[in-house]
Amino acid sequence: MSGAVDEAPGGAGPQRLRLATVWLAGCSGCHMSFLDLDEWLFDLARQVEIVYSPIASDTKIFPAGVDLCLVEGAVANTDNLALAQQLRDRSRVVISFGDCAVGGNVPALRNLWDASPQAVLNRGYMELADRSAQHPRAIGIVPELLPQVLPLHAVIAVDHYLPGCPPSAERIRAFLEPLLRGEPPPMQGAAMLRFG
Amino acid sequence: MASMLRCCSASGCRSAGGEALQQALVEARSRAGAGDGAPVIKAVGCLRLCSRGPLVAVDGPAGSVLYGEVPSARAAELLEACAAPPRAAAARRALASHALDLRHPFFALQEPVVLETCGLIDPESIDDAMAHGAYSTLHRCQAELTPAQVREQVRLSGLRGRGGAGYPTGLKWDTVALQPPGPRWLVANADEGDPGAFMDRAVLEGDPHRLIEGMAIAAWAVGADQGLIYVRAEYPLAIARLRRALAEVQARGQLGSLRLRVRVGAGAYVCGEETALLASIQGRRGNPRPRPPYPAQLGLWGAPTLINNVETLAAIPAILRRGAADYAALGTAGSRGTKVFSLSGAVRHTGLVEVPMGTSLRTIVVTMGGGVPGGEGADGGVKAVQTGGPSGGCIPAALLDTPVDYEGLRALGSMMGSGGMVVIDQATGMLELARYFMRFSVAESCGKCVPCRAGTVQLLQLLDRFCDQRASPADLAQLHDLCAMVKATSLCGLGQCAPNPVLSTLRHFHQEVVSALAVAPGGAP
Amino acid sequence: MSVLTLWVDGAAVAVPAGASLLEASRAANVEVPTLCHLDGLAPVGACRLCLVEVDLPGDGSPTRLVPACSTAAGEGLVVRTATVQLQRFRRMAVELLFAEGNHVCAFCVANGACELQDAAVAVGMDHSRFPFQYPRRHVDASHPHFVIDHHRCILCTRCVRVCDEIEGAHVWDVANRGSHCQIIAGLDQPWGTVEACTSCGKCVDVCPTGALAHNDDTTAEKRAARERPALLRSARERQRWHNQGGPP
Repeated sequence: MSGAVDEAPGGAGPQRLRLATVWLAGCSGCHMSFLDLDEWLFDLARQVEIVYSPIASDTKIFPAGVDLCLVEGAVANTDNLALAQQLRDRSRVVISFGDCAVGGNVPALRNLWDASPQAVLNRGYMELADRSAQHPRAIGIVPELLPQVLPLHAVIAVDHYLPGCPPSAERIRAFLEPLLRGEPPPMQGAAMLRFG
Repeated sequence: MASMLRCCSASGCRSAGGEALQQALVEARSRAGAGDGAPVIKAVGCLRLCSRGPLVAVDGPAGSVLYGEVPSARAAELLEACAAPPRAAAARRALASHALDLRHPFFALQEPVVLETCGLIDPESIDDAMAHGAYSTLHRCQAELTPAQVREQVRLSGLRGRGGAGYPTGLKWDTVALQPPGPRWLVANADEGDPGAFMDRAVLEGDPHRLIEGMAIAAWAVGADQGLIYVRAEYPLAIARLRRALAEVQARGQLGSLRLRVRVGAGAYVCGEETALLASIQGRRGNPRPRPPYPAQLGLWGAPTLINNVETLAAIPAILRRGAADYAALGTAGSRGTKVFSLSGAVRHTGLVEVPMGTSLRTIVVTMGGGVPGGEGADGGVKAVQTGGPSGGCIPAALLDTPVDYEGLRALGSMMGSGGMVVIDQATGMLELARYFMRFSVAESCGKCVPCRAGTVQLLQLLDRFCDQRASPADLAQLHDLCAMVKATSLCGLGQCAPNPVLSTLRHFHQEVVSALAVAPGGAP
Repeated sequence: MSVLTLWVDGAAVAVPAGASLLEASRAANVEVPTLCHLDGLAPVGACRLCLVEVDLPGDGSPTRLVPACSTAAGEGLVVRTATVQLQRFRRMAVELLFAEGNHVCAFCVANGACELQDAAVAVGMDHSRFPFQYPRRHVDASHPHFVIDHHRCILCTRCVRVCDEIEGAHVWDVANRGSHCQIIAGLDQPWGTVEACTSCGKCVDVCPTGALAHNDDTTAEKRAARERPALLRSARERQRWHNQGGPP
């Protein structure tokens, strides 16, 4: 896995990098923070083509030939796991985007709940339900929970880590700018690294 | 000399029915009518070949024979075997299948120094111990030598700490003795906790007065007037015999003003580490602390404290009786004297051996130990020998000719340790063995420092992945990195040595490690 | 008072005899990361973040790693505080700490005022390479003013030491062994039932993480006062309070 994006794929002449953003088990706060990039998003749009994203694309299938993939969220269920493996296969550089992808964070708190995913579902949907308690079971529609919620790097190889809950827009920009130039992001100091 | 039956009364033979056998002998003797010529029946310390217990040594006019695994029903024949030759011959023939060949290398190659009276004397009788010379060296030292001369003898003997670290004993004594004036303490470390180690137990159970005499000499040489023996609670027989021996020797006034007491541990392996041991004695949590200051400078209640292992102290009377040069003539240049090893695991002759330092592993394990039961070839079916317990490592059969001394074993990534030697057969997986010891370290970590408390847990989980064939090449890299970190950064010897079983496996059994990697590297969780 | 001269990261520095290597490093304007250490409390050398490399003068013995907090400075010592190897070890130690507890900065009372968070930044940790352990721990909210959340505890024992050494109450101690170690109140009872507790709050002040907090603190609201033990100790030893004027 290359450490940084050092070349644009395919064809002659400048071609925009193909960027994907993925939302696994997280609160979408990292994507909201991404939107806080405000006018810099226009600069970004000149440099990248967003080919897959819950906030900037309607594509439902993760495409092939992705250069950069920002992954928000931990890996909590079978859908998350399948998408994680798919995006790894189809992306050159994968980034754990935010504390949930980096370390499990809030979604992984369910790992503290004893025993099985079933016990978690019981707690959430039966014991704590005020009315109409029932399990959210719809085979083929509602994905099964994994035994444990895992950080992204526990299931696929990850090239870069961008911590924060969420990473601030400034941190995202400071991370992406060098990466888009083909340089490693300056991951040091509280401004870039502090969790939370 | 009256005929005598020496019954091994150490823990090993006790668990094999030694007490019942001794009782049967006493009953058989009274049935036979206890005349003047009736044999003496004596409980003694370890007779070495634990795997054949209960052991009884028969000393009669027809010579000495050692019998093993004798059922109590045959007590009368054992008594007969003590008799004069014509009568003894029939009994000895009848017992032939129980007779052990004392010319076998297991016995013949032993060089008893620490254990010289273990197995000869009744550990519960100070009179018997004194009849065999106990306390005579102490009195001669006090009468004829200065404390500095005693320390010089110990220095010249080349004796090094038998607890495992191998620090020069004479140097340690000098360090304590030369501290500014004031009270000093002496502590015997009898917290023998390595799996497969039972050398010190044999001394404590079989010859407690030798330890006490060694302590009295040490105390006198360094100016300590109080001492403690810190014994693990798992050694009840040793504790009882030590207490009895201390009561007797103090009642006889043999120790002068020196006060010695037994302090019983509470089941923590780490309390064998000297600073944790001191904390435990002082009623605190048994946690190690950074050194320096060393206990020799700042020990019990702030006083300079000499801490020596049981075997170290038990060697002292012999060294001063024989002379430093005589003792130093045994062993190798860097490791003088003898060492007691406890042989266990997949070995034919389980038990205790005392041999000169520098004896090869092959001699100890194959020639004396007989190799693996049913094992064949020059290596006797041995796959590896584990030395040093959870702090040591495994030495492969290909290196069996290594002379056993401090530097030799360390160069191979293991260590002498306290003397436990566990023989590993071909059927044992080395990663499983490394995992066993890591589990031990995880369970026994005191939890004070991060690398040992949290690092060993991660090491154990990494080993799980290897043992379950789930490991990736990245796991192998992490195993190397984390071993290096835990070894370099842990606070005390327990943590620093905890990776050794893994490191020695990586070094000597790398093929086993590689073949344990998952078929598809980086396999899904 | 005698003075020692030694070298820290190549710079010569003079310190009074009895100073620690940590103090010598500070005198050389070198920052060595610490977690269990706190000025004013007895050092324990437990977290291993402050390990430094030391060469003894001219004896050719191998370089040793020693905890700067609890190792006395010595004449002529050559100390290196930030070699590549030390930096690797420190990052691993911090990762091990994150992996062994349940540290979720996002909603922790100490978010932004946490020394573990700071340590992660200092060692350049962007993720933990070690799997998280998710230990089942508990929260004791039985005290009228304070709360202890064991999920966030890194077992630095600052609370144990401040209560013992400064407050003299010894409410806290450590129970169990290895990864089962846990800070306990009294004889392992609910904190609120420990009569020896004076509710002075020093344990809360010194806690490096959000494990000890005021019970009305919510996310990112903890205000620690980690300088208190040093102030109290110097006040007692010099018989002078900082708020009474004069040089500290």
